[in-house]
Amino acid sequence: MNMIQAINSAMDVVMARDPDVIVMGEDVGYFGGVFRATAGLQAKYGKTRVFDTPITECGIIGVAVGMGAYGLRPVPEIQFADYIYPALDQLVSEAARLRYRSAGEFISPITVRSPFGGGIFGGQTHSQSPEGIFTHVSGIKTVIPATPYDAKGLLISAIEDNDPVLFFEPKRIYNGPFDGYWDRPAKNWSAHPAGEVPTGYYKIPLGKAAIARAGNDLTILAYGTMVHVAIATVEEAGVDAEVIDLRTLVPLDIETIEASVKKTGRCMVVHEATRTGGFGAELAALVQERCFYHLEAPVERVTGFDTPYPHSLEWAYFPGPVRIGQALKKIMKD
Amino acid sequence: MTGEPRANLPPLSLHVPEPKFRPGDKAEFSDVIVPPAGSGRRPDPAEPAAQFHELAYGLVRVLDDEGNAVGPWAPRLTPDTLRRMLRYMALVRAFDERMFRAQRQGKTSFYMKCTGEEAVAVAATMALQRDDMTFPSYRQQGILIARDWSLVDMMNQIYSNKGDRLQGKQLPIMYSTREGAFFSISGNLATQYPQAVGWAMASAAKGDTRIAATWCGEGSTAEGDFHSACTFASVYRAPVILNVVNNQWAISSFSGFAGAEATTFAARALGYGIAGLRIDGNDALAVYAATEWAAERARTNQGPTLIEHFTYRAEGHSTSDDPSQYRSANEASDWPLGDPIARLKGHLVRLGEWDDERHAAQDLELAELVKRCQKEAEANGILGHGLHQPLDTLFDGVFEEMPWHLKEQRAQMLAEEEASGRPWALKS
Ligand SMILES: Cc1ncc(C[n+]2csc(CCOP(=O)(O)OP(=O)(O)O)c2C)c(N)n1
Repeated sequence: MNMIQAINSAMDVVMARDPDVIVMGEDVGYFGGVFRATAGLQAKYGKTRVFDTPITECGIIGVAVGMGAYGLRPVPEIQFADYIYPALDQLVSEAARLRYRSAGEFISPITVRSPFGGGIFGGQTHSQSPEGIFTHVSGIKTVIPATPYDAKGLLISAIEDNDPVLFFEPKRIYNGPFDGYWDRPAKNWSAHPAGEVPTGYYKIPLGKAAIARAGNDLTILAYGTMVHVAIATVEEAGVDAEVIDLRTLVPLDIETIEASVKKTGRCMVVHEATRTGGFGAELAALVQERCFYHLEAPVERVTGFDTPYPHSLEWAYFPGPVRIGQALKKIMKD
Repeated sequence: MTGEPRANLPPLSLHVPEPKFRPGDKAEFSDVIVPPAGSGRRPDPAEPAAQFHELAYGLVRVLDDEGNAVGPWAPRLTPDTLRRMLRYMALVRAFDERMFRAQRQGKTSFYMKCTGEEAVAVAATMALQRDDMTFPSYRQQGILIARDWSLVDMMNQIYSNKGDRLQGKQLPIMYSTREGAFFSISGNLATQYPQAVGWAMASAAKGDTRIAATWCGEGSTAEGDFHSACTFASVYRAPVILNVVNNQWAISSFSGFAGAEATTFAARALGYGIAGLRIDGNDALAVYAATEWAAERARTNQGPTLIEHFTYRAEGHSTSDDPSQYRSANEASDWPLGDPIARLKGHLVRLGEWDDERHAAQDLELAELVKRCQKEAEANGILGHGLHQPLDTLFDGVFEEMPWHLKEQRAQMLAEEEASGRPWALKS
């Protein structure tokens, strides 16, 4: 399966088991979503469980919060992560705090799915990575899969989780892994082990990172598309790096990170989002706090630049193999 | 988790709207109420909004089936003006055809046509002043064309090439020109609505004479921005024209998901105390007349008008869309309000001011014109073939003056590109 099919399968499996799971969002019903992630679900589960919504992201999330408070498990889709901002208040002030402010009487068991990230010529309004805005908010979990297998297992966990979860889907790797070389032919998931996805029910726990590539000389912390770019780059550079696919940013698997950095003595953080105040800053601070006496070089951050995502120069913005390669040289020098 | 059912009460049920026709169904429009042309009242622009509610629920039409312009809304334009309007609309269509094909040929990433909606932007623009400020959505390329904006300039933007004044920073078709009084288009729906109201309020506060006009799709009226804009427009009596282009579809979602089953979009105006007009959006004369009326209202400090243009999106949402997946095959061809270009042409023919030969010759000429412009634009490059923007423009325009962290990042990028061995060009 590719990642879209795996995500579709996750919703299918959970909807079949739990009649309280409902899917909603712009164009998700009859048409099955602009990326077809919800294709076939309305035909199978009916219009009251899978339906199109008005174009109002604050409405979509606000309604989902209400449904969640009633006892359903809504899985709203925001068509592109760039359009999550109209819903910001509903997510930040409402969904994230409902349990806390009601002393547990009301909860928000919603899973907001949204394609994010660039590399598809989407320009400024179809390319952003807003995860850092939400990891800063207490009360929301943030999950980002890097493979079809993980996407399905993580999404099932997210939907069954009783807290609000943001599930950001790296759209650049919907159809196949990506090594960062945009001028080479695209690969697809059928040739990748993680493209083998069971059709049935299985879960991958939230808050557990995966060692995407084992190594001894350097730890790279990445998620989503960047996991594949990082692996391809270190292999080409011949660096024995351990690449950790974080999978969940909140809650973060600090044990795996700490163990790896203490083993390798070096740490690099890679993400596609803009740099300043990004999640990479949090990771670098954590590593510094916990592994300072094990570090042989400063923690390196490799990120997108602090500019909007430009349409025609998107590959210059994107933290590709060259940017990671240069950071590798720098960090491996000492 | 559901509550205990009570035996003496019927279970509730959830209504989820459904369009009347889907792929495989034959679309049939007998329930679309099309009142005779000329039947709507034309109030004085100074009349209070509350006094003509019926116009928000009806459908103002000027052109009848025989091509006559009838009734109080007929704008009485000269044949020259009508021919100019027809030419602009035909040019929009020719432009769309050509650019759609260019996207299919891989020359750019994306394109959006406005086929079937040409009257909405073109006729409205002609009823406005050249310096009235427009806050369009992405389907009003007709504004630029009716303002005689350079087609080559538009194409350069579509190709993100070295002639693109926006430095390749925007998506194709997301034009921007201050000189053309055309506000930078956002990909985020409805954000332009409160911005237009704000511009209009500022113009009023400054004692200016320019007004603002904005457009959004019927789907986008569900966004909070739309409603905030209406409140502001009403409270401050902003000199603004709020256009809702009801083309029946928001990607795959029919207008019912924005509330069309219960009311009209023009009627949204009533609760805010705004004048609401619902008009035949495929009737260029109705669009012109309504805009002219609303502009007069705005210019004489009578406040905002909300115009619903009842029309039909005759083609896909964009180059990324396949409408045959979600709507009936004959919907577009059987749309009861016809084709706006054919209808305006019919009117000119009826007046004895136009004929089929001239029309065919004009179509040929416009196709040639667009082709020539395309050639000229492509000489500046097409998307993805080579680097058209100097690489270091990537950091221009984030702030007026570049702070240290961006300078650092720019230096990093240049080192990176040197290391990559790619032949990127630089600004300096
Ligand atoms: C805030 C926001 N949400 C979602 C989208 C994705 N989107 C782009 S166009 C569109 C449909 C718009 O329909 P409508 O407003 O009716 O305008 P039309 O395309 O029919 O002219 C959607 C949902 C977006 N661009 N911005």
